[in-house]
Amino acid sequence: MATRLVESSLDPARAIRSEVVLAGEPWLGGVERGQTLRIVDLEGNQAVDTLFFNAADPREKYSAADTIRARGNLYLTTGAVLLSTEGAPLLTIVADTCGRHDTIGGACSAESNTVRYGHHTKPMHNCRDSFLLAAARSAIPLSKRDLTANINFFMNVPVTADGALTFADGISAGGKYVELRAEMDVLCLISNCPQLNNPCNAYNPTPIRLLVWDGAT
Amino acid sequence: MPTKTFNEPGMTDSTERVILFREELPGAGKWSHVLKRHHVLRILDIRGNANVSALFFNHDLLVERYNMPDTLKAQYTAYLTRGRVLLSDMGRVLCSIVEDTCGWHDTLCGHSHAALVASRWGRSRYQDARNDFHRNAHDNLLVELGKWGLGKQDLVPNVNFFSKVVADGDGNLSFVAGHSRGGAYVDLRAEMNVLVVLTAVAHPLDPEAEYAQRPVELTVSRGSAPGPDDECRCSRAESARAFENTERYFQ
Repeated sequence: MATRLVESSLDPARAIRSEVVLAGEPWLGGVERGQTLRIVDLEGNQAVDTLFFNAADPREKYSAADTIRARGNLYLTTGAVLLSTEGAPLLTIVADTCGRHDTIGGACSAESNTVRYGHHTKPMHNCRDSFLLAAARSAIPLSKRDLTANINFFMNVPVTADGALTFADGISAGGKYVELRAEMDVLCLISNCPQLNNPCNAYNPTPIRLLVWDGAT
Repeated sequence: MPTKTFNEPGMTDSTERVILFREELPGAGKWSHVLKRHHVLRILDIRGNANVSALFFNHDLLVERYNMPDTLKAQYTAYLTRGRVLLSDMGRVLCSIVEDTCGWHDTLCGHSHAALVASRWGRSRYQDARNDFHRNAHDNLLVELGKWGLGKQDLVPNVNFFSKVVADGDGNLSFVAGHSRGGAYVDLRAEMNVLVVLTAVAHPLDPEAEYAQRPVELTVSRGSAPGPDDECRCSRAESARAFENTERYFQ
């Protein structure tokens, strides 16, 4: 179960939503059952930290552990069913031109930055700040308790057979995308990662584009 | 076969820690406890091949909790063992793993749910089986979390003590059967006042044909603050900075 490169037949001209999210910005939006969400890495090697919630009850959320255990594989690509903490399918990856996405590396925060890179990095912008700001601005009752191990689309975090975890250069490139079909009404919370201290963004955080299609398209 | 090294409560163990209490947790049982700062919890696999799914919270601020990704990436590891620390989402150390005779503890594969237990080992309800019914880790954790005002929102990737799951070069996961032997133990030293919530239900990838109920022994003893040359603190620069963050929090 290595990479599964699958292109999409969906036409961007027929998308009901199309917007650019700049590096360092959050995005919180709903994707209805049957709709398809595409995330485009516009310039290449951009980590897109992403969480999903059951829109009807956001206490039920994406579970990295259930997802990788159920599929028997650490990495996400076409065919991966993203499971919730209740074991329910949230979304399925239906197209992927990158081939491998991380879900054990988590999101950066000011506090984890101090641990990983030194206390001097605490003031730097980070994904958890974006998550918390999006949650605070929203009428949806989301808070720090709802943040969990996320997906890092386009990020490459290989694990070796002897259990070492490494952060490798990305395998993405400008224009590569991943596409997900919602299996229930979901909320999607994204931080377009501003991390400057490791190669997850090739030391140059860049914009992404989000597109949404209706199921009948 | 390793033997139990702890004596009775009130006595000291081989590391001169005073034992406060000890209890046996039956297989499939659940437990929660506030482990005071610098106290030590020993989890001992009595018969072998036990699994303990565990979550950790800062009891003084329950929205701070064990963070699997932060723990793994700070220590460049995909599993837990002696010398490593359990990090919270606030860059602090919840627990240090100060001893480990097992060698590998999983934290990638989550815990069992009712549907998984029913599909793997059959449904067995209390009405028929009384207290031998097939419990699952998800429900057990929700019950114990509920006692502290926590719930579904707090179900994040957990630790599975005594279980080993490895990945090949393509990321394919394999459960290593027979990994933990009877008498194996792991010692966790709390670096904050830590709410420990755990259950001894089988690992969700356990290939055993029968629903296994493997007991563990839990011992809490009074430890001491880690010194400047502490193994966990000195294991790597990232861990040392996490200890600094923790100590600032208590100043």
